[in-house]
Amino acid sequence: MTQLLQDKDRIFTNLYGHHDWTLEGAKERGSWNGTKEILEMGRGWIIDQMKASGLRGRGGAGFPTGLKWSFMPREVGNRPHYLVVNADESEPGTCKDREIMRHDPQHLIEGCLIASFAMQAHKCYIYLRGEYVLERERMEAAVKQAYEAKLIGPDNIHGWDFDVYIHHGAGAYICGEETALLESLEGKKGQPRMKPPFPAGAGLYGCPTTVNNVESIAVAPTILRRGADWFASFGRPNNTGTKVFSISGHVNAPCNVEEVMSIPLKTLIETHCGGVRGGWDNLKAVIPGGSSVPLLPKEICDDVLMDFDALREHRSGLGTAAVIVMDKSTDVVKAIARISYFYKHESCGQCTPCREGTGWMWRVLERMARGEADTSEIDDLLDVAGQVEGHTICALGDAAAWPVQGLIRHFRHEIEERIANYRAGKPVFVSAAAE
Amino acid sequence: MSVRRLAAEQPQSFAFSAESEEKVQFWLKKYPEDRAASAVIPLLWLAQKQEGWVSEPAIRLIGERLGMPYIRVYEVATFYTMFNLTPVGEHLIQVCGTTPCWLRGADDLKAVCEKRIGKKGRENLSADGKFSWEEVECLGACANAPMVQIANKAGDYYYEDLTAEGLEKILDDLQAGKEIKQGPISGRHASEPTQSTVETLKDPSLYDGSRAKPITLPNSEPAKAEG
Amino acid sequence: MSDNLRTIVIDGHEVSIPDHYTLLQAAEEVGKEIPRFCYHERLSVAGNCRMCLVELVGAPKPVASCAFLVRDMRGGPNGEPPVMNTLSPMVKKAREGVMEFLLINHPLDCPICDQGGECDLQDQSLAYGRTGSRFAENKRAVEDKYMGPLVKTEMTRCIQCTRCVRFATEIAGVSELGAAGRGEDMEITTYLEQTLTSELSGNVIDLCPVGALTSKPYAFNARPWELTKTETIDVMDAAGSNIRVDSRGGAVLRIMPRIHEGVNQEWISDKTRFIWDGLGRQRLDRPYIRREGKLAPASWDEALGLAADRLGGDPSKIGVIAGDLNDAEGLKAAKDLFDSLGVKSLDCRQDGSKLGGGPRQGYLFNSTIAGIDEADALIIIGANPRTEAPVINQRIRQAWLHNNLQVALIGEAVDLTYGYEHLGIHASDLEGLPRKRSGFIKTLKDAKKPMIIVGQAALAREDGAQILRLAGKLAKAVGAVGEGWNGFNILHTAASRVAGLDLGFIPGAEGLDTPGILAAAGQGELDTVVLLGADEFDTTHLGDVFTIYVGSHGDQGAHAADLVLPSAAYTEKNGIYINTEGRAQLAERAVFPKGEAKEDWAIFRALSARLGRTLPYDDLNALRAKLIEAHTVFGQIDHAPGAEGAADFDPAELGADGDVLDAPIALSVSDFYLTNPIARASKTMAQCSSEVAAILKPHVQAAE
Repeated sequence: MTQLLQDKDRIFTNLYGHHDWTLEGAKERGSWNGTKEILEMGRGWIIDQMKASGLRGRGGAGFPTGLKWSFMPREVGNRPHYLVVNADESEPGTCKDREIMRHDPQHLIEGCLIASFAMQAHKCYIYLRGEYVLERERMEAAVKQAYEAKLIGPDNIHGWDFDVYIHHGAGAYICGEETALLESLEGKKGQPRMKPPFPAGAGLYGCPTTVNNVESIAVAPTILRRGADWFASFGRPNNTGTKVFSISGHVNAPCNVEEVMSIPLKTLIETHCGGVRGGWDNLKAVIPGGSSVPLLPKEICDDVLMDFDALREHRSGLGTAAVIVMDKSTDVVKAIARISYFYKHESCGQCTPCREGTGWMWRVLERMARGEADTSEIDDLLDVAGQVEGHTICALGDAAAWPVQGLIRHFRHEIEERIANYRAGKPVFVSAAAE
Repeated sequence: MSVRRLAAEQPQSFAFSAESEEKVQFWLKKYPEDRAASAVIPLLWLAQKQEGWVSEPAIRLIGERLGMPYIRVYEVATFYTMFNLTPVGEHLIQVCGTTPCWLRGADDLKAVCEKRIGKKGRENLSADGKFSWEEVECLGACANAPMVQIANKAGDYYYEDLTAEGLEKILDDLQAGKEIKQGPISGRHASEPTQSTVETLKDPSLYDGSRAKPITLPNSEPAKAEG
Repeated sequence: MSDNLRTIVIDGHEVSIPDHYTLLQAAEEVGKEIPRFCYHERLSVAGNCRMCLVELVGAPKPVASCAFLVRDMRGGPNGEPPVMNTLSPMVKKAREGVMEFLLINHPLDCPICDQGGECDLQDQSLAYGRTGSRFAENKRAVEDKYMGPLVKTEMTRCIQCTRCVRFATEIAGVSELGAAGRGEDMEITTYLEQTLTSELSGNVIDLCPVGALTSKPYAFNARPWELTKTETIDVMDAAGSNIRVDSRGGAVLRIMPRIHEGVNQEWISDKTRFIWDGLGRQRLDRPYIRREGKLAPASWDEALGLAADRLGGDPSKIGVIAGDLNDAEGLKAAKDLFDSLGVKSLDCRQDGSKLGGGPRQGYLFNSTIAGIDEADALIIIGANPRTEAPVINQRIRQAWLHNNLQVALIGEAVDLTYGYEHLGIHASDLEGLPRKRSGFIKTLKDAKKPMIIVGQAALAREDGAQILRLAGKLAKAVGAVGEGWNGFNILHTAASRVAGLDLGFIPGAEGLDTPGILAAAGQGELDTVVLLGADEFDTTHLGDVFTIYVGSHGDQGAHAADLVLPSAAYTEKNGIYINTEGRAQLAERAVFPKGEAKEDWAIFRALSARLGRTLPYDDLNALRAKLIEAHTVFGQIDHAPGAEGAADFDPAELGADGDVLDAPIALSVSDFYLTNPIARASKTMAQCSSEVAAILKPHVQAAE
């Protein structure tokens, strides 16, 4: 039986906005407590603690945060260092950073100071997706409060001159890719850069830069206050800590909830979301980590753990821990076709396989959803997905290919059935409504 | 994503209003002086908030303000889909249609919009000229699906946990010139669980100020050497 | 960059490669072909087409070889050298995949595409593509974009490689092309479909790997395999761009660049590329004699007879002016003839330039064009290289972009496509400079390889000799000339000028120069003036003097003439040209002269016989032997002297002492597209002149 996360161990104590979001309220809940002492422990200590906590990036790729911080040049040369916070939360299913920014913004701002200090950056940009207008207003206000309290800014009480700037996009999923985000922040189209060079060598304005997800930065102060071992005590080795899960789709009560890593998917849904609509047995499939990871059929969902390694074993991924639940009434081909449309819409157009492949995959899937295809096209589609995957500049190509591959892996029979129905003149898809 | 072009009819000129200009200055201060181009998205957004859309003279003016060739500003304006390159309804209803919202009834919301406003497309105004609507991609409020973002003079806020009836009511209110409250219409405050089997964020010790008391950092002895 | 060699394995063979090479360069180094669309040696690396993917053993996925450095390769765990495969199944599959993606939305309209037969997509699909397509959806169609009178668009064919965008931004220095929109709807366009305002815009046609950007004037004219290709030299300016003239029958159908690293790299100006319709218009294809005020056709016999009559008179009453497009052989034959007749008033400087007579370095671009790459500071005096020599200008731009070349200008402040410090517009602004120790002069003095470029706008004026002296003094003061580096440069605008000066085609003792000839003619002091393709001056100054025009086009000179002797245009003869660097280059005949027109040297040879002073050569080879015997430089083909003899060259001795005038230094080229008789005969050039000049704004747009 999994030990659920208890209130006393939650980092985001105002995740739902029931309490005062302002600096005053945040301080009351422990933000900015001992920050100066943390900085006084020095950069090495901070990075070591972050490494020891086992925190893996919360933006989707799961790269160890402490290690990432350690990639920045040890000495500041003639180019300043930058921290850039990726608040371009756009992966379908994901809506956690939004809650952090509008309800617990000081966690993020304090994290920015600590992370910037650890990487010797005096400036930090927080890049919010353009649609998050309320969140942006909230962040601007929270930053202003922190400046006024001299928590940040020049000559602040922490002794590390530090500026935080809120920046925003204007509708482009691709800007969640770190180098596209940097391009966008430089005033260009959000087209990913080729790597190497990596941002730690040449990032924003050609300067050493680290790009971190909102949640990765926002948990840092609490980790340092309560100890790396405290954080590492949750979840399985290599999959430690607490995590904000976003659960959407066919559950009785969708929500965001901070839970322990490695929580069983079923426990997560049944404990916090009122269960699957129509009961667990009415479950058809779950996309466990945001739209780009392959979906899992019910059989796997029954006992899979929500962490990086367990989901990888099942050829899916934790991604952003955005759980999209589909019950038996779901037209799963259409559901994935809609995701394919999303990737076609969001492809930046820079490189060939993604620009041409995303539209191709979507169009074929739309036909398949209607049964207007040939069964031989299923393998063709899989092959096309394979031609996109791993051949692009950034991971959007992979993200577009994986849902398609997952669909065919687990629901090929449904596509075949539709094609057969269409040819037989029968209704192509009959919803197995359970309510 | 479809081909994005500038509107056929364009105004003669564009200038930032005094109010917008103040904001322009606010944004320009955020970036190094030789990196003014960084402000291009915020400035295009300010132009859009001022006029309702981004016109060709605005693109030129912003290019000149930021020392950017026009074509670079044009690239940005056409790349990012939030920029309206044509006039839109006074209330632009943006229905999220991506899978998490679709699973929870986005199609119903689209049907309401089609019925009440008309043809999809932000440039297609309703008969009274007040509304237009479009389908957008995931707005990042999936635990409050289905939802819409409404762009109007009041701002660009989210309306969540919607139903067809709920959206109809919002449209009615907008039509009547009433103020509408952003957020979930379901009575939820945000994205909290409503059917949890456990209590979440209820522990009073989280909020009694005890966490603001001085602490001793764990793992702080012996302090490691700076590095 | 130092060559740190690294041992790597390419397709099973161990090789040593400089570690700053990309994998693509490494593969090419050992003779492996890597297909590519977006990659181009002279443009920034985009890495977007994905055609050049190779396998890096140990990497989870194929990498773009155009962007990945040998230095960044990972070796094996036990120190084994890193391994790259260019022929493995992974690579084959990757290439097939990319080819398929590129083709799904590409119209297979090769039969009606001008790129057909020289299309990278066509060629590479044959070599690397699958046999068929699995794409069953509708293909994308893209609206064509207007880009001006030169570049024709068929945007459905575009594969979004962005070479054209990068060329415009990086090489041409005009940020006018972009990729708008995103995803599969991304479109290449100019801002609001305005005409490209670059004098180098035609190069995007060569760069475009497909038929999206093609030549508008050449559209549907021919297939590449029908054309006879002649490698020759351009004469539109004094850079001597290496070109290939494609012809069919007697018609020149297009002009393309040839690669010459020392001269034009692989670019040519729009005038060089699109001049060809002017070769078929306004042609002088038979002799003409003015009868009753009108030019009437005549036979060669008649025409030569009349010419001999006129030229047989008092040589002191004869003036000869040579133009800008003449080959050295024609000038040599003319000079030999007029020398033998005792004519002293001959001049190859129709613009009135004060160059010539002194040491050869005094009128050459001594740094050489390639030397611009090494220079660290440059002052331009009275030149607008952008219109006077576009390929040299882009070279300066590259140095400014990549080598931190500092530039200053004295003369009219124009958009040069790079940033510069403007030091004034008057010749007098030069006067105090050599003594200054601050500002840009300090930059020049501190520079390791300073350059001074003096243009014709500064020299073709009454005080040209004084300005030349000032520029020479400045060169000396900043240490621009010394052993191993000669930073003193003259930028010529006329393709024939250096050869003319080398031949001594300038007035002898008591002879008149161009202004002198014109003044004397106007006052009736001359009997006959001979114009060798000279059209770039106000012919009303000639007054009533009997004028013989030898040339190819019916322009100003011919209109003023009493006798016209038709000669061959530059594509119609073999000839030697010496460019502004002093580099002799061989032009080859692509087509035969029009009608009864003859090569210039042959006209003078025939005339010499009529005058009883038969020139001592019967064919071009014999003439060239004499030419080289007299002036060895004409025999040193493709040799630019550069810093040879720099140690003994004192630029401060050039020109003459004296005061300079108050008049500001004007521009020597007022309309880039209309600088010579062929250009003025070209409809394409006329269209460019009206369209581009209309758009080109006075303000300088931010250079990227």
